[in-house]
This record gives sequence, structure tokens and C-alpha cells, in this order.
Amino acid sequence: MMGLPGLLPRFLRAPLGLDRGFAATVGVTMSSPTQATTYPEPSRSTGGADATVAAEIVGRSPRQLAWLRFKRDRTGIVCAVIVAFFILVAVFAPVITWLYGKNAYTLYGQDDNLLNSYGLPVKANGGIDADHWFGIEPGLGRDIFALLVYGIRTSLGISLCVTLLSVALGVCVGLVQGYLGGGTDYVVGRFSDLMMAFPSQLFFIAFTPVIIAMFVSPSDQEPTWIRFTALVLVQFALGWMSLGRLVRAQVLSLRTREYVEAAHLSGASPGRIIRRELLPNVWSTVLVQATLLLPLNVTAEAGLSFLGVGMQKPTPDWGLMFQDAAQYYRSDITYMFFPGIAMVVFVVAFNLLGDAVRDALDPRTVR
Amino acid sequence: MLRFLVRRMLGAVVILLLISAITYLLFFTLPSDPALLSCGKNCSPQNVTLIHKNLGLDQPVPVQYGEYMAGILFGRHLPLGTCPAPCFGLSFAGNMPIWEIIKSRYPTTLSLAIGGAAAFLTIGVGLGLISAWRQGKPIDKIAGSVSLMGQSVQIYFIGPLAIYLFADTLGWTDPGHDPDWSHGPAGSISGLILPCLVMSVIFWSNYSRQTRSLMVEQLAEDHVRTARAKGMSAAYVFFRYALRGAMGPIVTIFGIDLGSILGGAIITESTFGLHGLGQLAVSAVTQTDLPLEMGVMLFSAAAIVLFNVLIDASYAVIDPRVRLS
Repeated sequence: MMGLPGLLPRFLRAPLGLDRGFAATVGVTMSSPTQATTYPEPSRSTGGADATVAAEIVGRSPRQLAWLRFKRDRTGIVCAVIVAFFILVAVFAPVITWLYGKNAYTLYGQDDNLLNSYGLPVKANGGIDADHWFGIEPGLGRDIFALLVYGIRTSLGISLCVTLLSVALGVCVGLVQGYLGGGTDYVVGRFSDLMMAFPSQLFFIAFTPVIIAMFVSPSDQEPTWIRFTALVLVQFALGWMSLGRLVRAQVLSLRTREYVEAAHLSGASPGRIIRRELLPNVWSTVLVQATLLLPLNVTAEAGLSFLGVGMQKPTPDWGLMFQDAAQYYRSDITYMFFPGIAMVVFVVAFNLLGDAVRDALDPRTVR
Repeated sequence: MLRFLVRRMLGAVVILLLISAITYLLFFTLPSDPALLSCGKNCSPQNVTLIHKNLGLDQPVPVQYGEYMAGILFGRHLPLGTCPAPCFGLSFAGNMPIWEIIKSRYPTTLSLAIGGAAAFLTIGVGLGLISAWRQGKPIDKIAGSVSLMGQSVQIYFIGPLAIYLFADTLGWTDPGHDPDWSHGPAGSISGLILPCLVMSVIFWSNYSRQTRSLMVEQLAEDHVRTARAKGMSAAYVFFRYALRGAMGPIVTIFGIDLGSILGGAIITESTFGLHGLGQLAVSAVTQTDLPLEMGVMLFSAAAIVLFNVLIDASYAVIDPRVRLS
């Protein structure tokens, strides 16, 4: 293993995606733990501005202060509303399509003769009309609005599972590494370096079929939920390292703080120290990283479906819509805009929300 | 310098060995029968025996892996044909040596990577420099918004739109095709312009943000202020003093990104129908060509790992204060 530690730290900001340098997100340092943050002391000094600030701050918990700051950030609020809208769409997809009166599986284009002999919508603009708000899909002829609503549900579902699992493991690994240190830290650290050296997108596309083959015989058709699980597992396998590193770095600096030592001296068990003293101080980092991780996971998942190795037809999926639209864009460009604009809005909103959360939790970061 | 390089190369070899071992295990031992997996849905018993023989699956796993790794160094004689070193095995489809397939695909990936890297480095760093030069002015805001948009679009969305707009409707460029450098550069470059530019979009924000913040930091340094005070022109100080100081971290992320796109820009290649390494990987997976997948994976990982070593070594050249130890 000679020379290994020397090489490895360079992967600290190894890209999470082959097509995309995610170094910026990985490299984001959310350094300040809430308890260490120096809020202006409720000063007794005179001066109008100071007094109002003090009146606002005095007697409030860090969490309430963060919320106060967040509420003042108009961009942040708008983005939070947009993000909430997408999540509601995903959760209430069946209700929405029931109210809308269509579903994501019926081949309206073929049943109602809305497609011509080339499989393209007869009406202009991708077949948009009062019945089909976003038009109909070329080829199969499903309703694009219903497809998008359900597609968002599938994609967000997968990405949310990946994000939650990655965050959970990342936090555990970071806490264990930072708190125990020594040999455990070294071994786990080298393992996470190794995982970071894998070309991620290639890893996803290559191992999804392998995982599926572990559950189902290759000669059988696999059920949708197995593909769902396999996609979650492969993305999770390469998703936890960056957060683990951040948490580890933070725990390392927290471990020597007086209050942690005080807890240690007064006989608190390691479990209690981790839960009560360390965890509350890393959650702001975790929250910000999770908001940045989710859109990355959504685009990565859609990318896999786009490549044909993610979810499969006829399951509605955001990425599959891109794959489909890319086949027809020369004759029916309208189709591309609905999933495309929805995803751009979603990712922009999530990124800005992440920035807003960071600003609210850590007022000292300068952007 | 030499000692540093040797040590880092050793580290890189260890990483690559581990990656190859893990990949080999996952591909060839985890599925109950890799031959069945690679054979697909309509599998005849003859095919299964053929694949068994081809992969040497009748032997214990460590022996199989050892033979595979030895094959990379010395070549192998497989039942289905000889495979000269570096041998990554024979592909299921057509029994071609995998190294030959990778070699035939690599010019596309290399051209795309170099063109794309040139594009995102120029545009991304350029946006960052403009922002830093006119801090807080409207143009800074515009550059910031452009890079935020770049960060939020996907190649599989803007790629088809760009082809539709610039190639099909306006007719400015070629919709993208594989380069063929043996027939002169003109035809190859015209097919690469659009893919390279579209691929660069998603990298802009990273570079412009990094460049901006590093330049802002550098411009506040004492030596920069002294240079200005001595009467040097703002432009000279900006480019020769501040930019030089900001280059280190930019080179780091550049090395990481370049390494990863040299391993195949999968989505760009399949959006523009280019037949590079990334597209090869996807087709290997859809055809479950396990030896081919394994070869591409190792090749990409090697590109990433080696570029990291190179970038570290290049620090000393950029910043003479850095001592390699």
C-alpha cells in the first residue's frame, strides 16, 4: 500500500459524473457549525440599528435565527415554493391525472387517431389542444402532461431514495471516521478514495444490469421495482463519499471543542456525544449538501434513462421523455420543451434554494 | 520530482489494480452465471459453452483474474483466437481484441475531449475574468446568470435543441459527426464544433465561479496592490499578477474534468451520435458484452487516475513555491 495515501487525497474533488465536473459542489465547504457561529451578541450598547438587531436576535435559537434570515431572502422563498410544487406534483400525481381525466399509459394518439402514419401528432405544435394540454407523444401517442407528471414522480422517487441513503451513510461514515480516528479513519478513508476513483457514469451503466441479474434470471423480464432498486443502489454506491468527507472534516474540528471534552469528562458515552454534541453541529452542512445533491441525482438518473440503461418503457420517466423526444426532435420539437423546461426550472430552483439555505444557516459565507 | 512521480505512479497502479479486481469480481462472479447474463434473452446452450470457454470460467476466480491481468501485460492465447498485449480479452460480438476496438474509437473521444476542454476553459474562465474585472457591475450579474443557466441545463436537452436550431434551421454548422483526421482537418473540425460547444456549457459555471472568486481574492493581495501603486497598468496587473496567482486551483479542476471526459463523454457522444468511448460503453452494456465493458471501465479509470497524477506534477511548474515531496 506504499504511496497510496499520497495519491489519494487528490480525489477529494473527483467528479461525480463523467460528463460534468461536479467539483464545485463537492468542494463547497460548509465549515461553520451552528454553535461555533458568532452571532452578534445581544449588545447593550446604544445606537438605533444595533438595538433593533439586538431586539430581533435576543433570546432566539440558532434555528429560529436561520429561519428569520431565510424568510428575508426573496429568491430563496420563490425557489422553495417551486421546489415544493414539484414535490407536490410527484406526490399527488394520481390525483392530478384523475382531475385531468387522462392517465400516463393509455395510447390516446392511436385510439383517437391523433397520430398520422409517421407516428407524428396530426395537429400543429405536437398536438396541443384543450384535451391534451402538452400535446401527445409521437410514436405511442400517450398524453405528455400525464407522462410528465408521472415521470417526475418516478425520477424524484429514485433520486430522493439515493439522496437519503447517501446522506445517511455519508453522515455515519463521517461521524465514525472523525470521532474514532486512527486506523478506522484510515481504512474507511482509503475505501472512500477508491470509490471516488471509479468513473461514475460508466459505473452506473455497467453495474445496473449486474445488480438486476442478482435478483432475476437474465432470461426473465424483470419487474419495475427491481430496476428501481438497482438504479438506487448503483447511484448510492458512489454517492456518499463527498458528504462523508465534509462531515469527517467537521467532526475532526469539533472533537476538540470544550463542550465535547466537557461531555466526555462528565462520563457521556460515545453514542451520546455523537448524538447530542456532534450531530446537531453538522446538520446544517448536511442539509445544504443534501439540497445540492438531489438535483445532481435527478439529472444523473434522467441521464441513465436517456442512455437507455435506466428505467424502461412503458414506465413513465423524466429521462425516458428526453430519450423519446431526442428521436423525434427533427419533426416534433415541441415534445422536447416540456420535460426540458420543467427540468431546467427544477434544477435552477433547487440550486438557488441550496444557496439560500446556506446563506441562512451560515451568514458568514461570502458568495 | 522523479521520486514524486514514481511514488504517485505506484499509488495510481495500486488504485487501478483494486478497481480492476472489484470490477472483475462484480462482472464475472456475482451473477450466478455471467455466460447467461451476457448471452441475453434468447440463449442457446452452445452459446453458453462458447462463452464459458472464451472467459475461462471453468477455472477458480483468482486464477481467472490473474490470467486476465497477465494478459494485459503479455497478451494471451484464448480458445477463440490470439490476443496480443495489451489484451483485455475478446469481445463477445465479433471476437475482436478489445484493445483494437478501443483504439479505433479513441480518436473521436480524444478530439471531443480536447475541443470541449478548450471551449469550456476559454468560455468559463473568460466569464469569470469578466465578472472579476467588472465586479458588481451589470456585466458581472449577466455573466453570473449565464453560468447558473449553464449549470442547470442538460446536454440531452440542449443538444437536440442546438442541432435543431444551428444545424437544421440556420444551417450554420454540421449536426456533428465522427472526426476522420486522415482526410484532412476541415471535415473533422466542422463535425466537432457543435458537440464541443454544447458539452462545454455544463462546465462553464464551475470555472467562472472559481475564477471569479479566486481573482477577487488575488486582486485584494498586497503584491497586486503594490504593483498597481508602482504605476503598472490595470490590465497588466490583472493578467500577469492576479491571473497567475489564481491559476493553481483552476488547473486542479481542469485536470479532474479533462481526465473524466477523456474516459468518454457518454451523454454528449450519444446525443450527437458520435462513436467514441462513451458510446462504446453504452452499446457494450446494452449488448451485455462483459469483456468490452470491463476493458472500457479500466481504460476510463486509468485516464482519470493518470490525469490526477499529471496535474499534481504540473503544480510545480505553475507555482514554483510548491515543493513536491
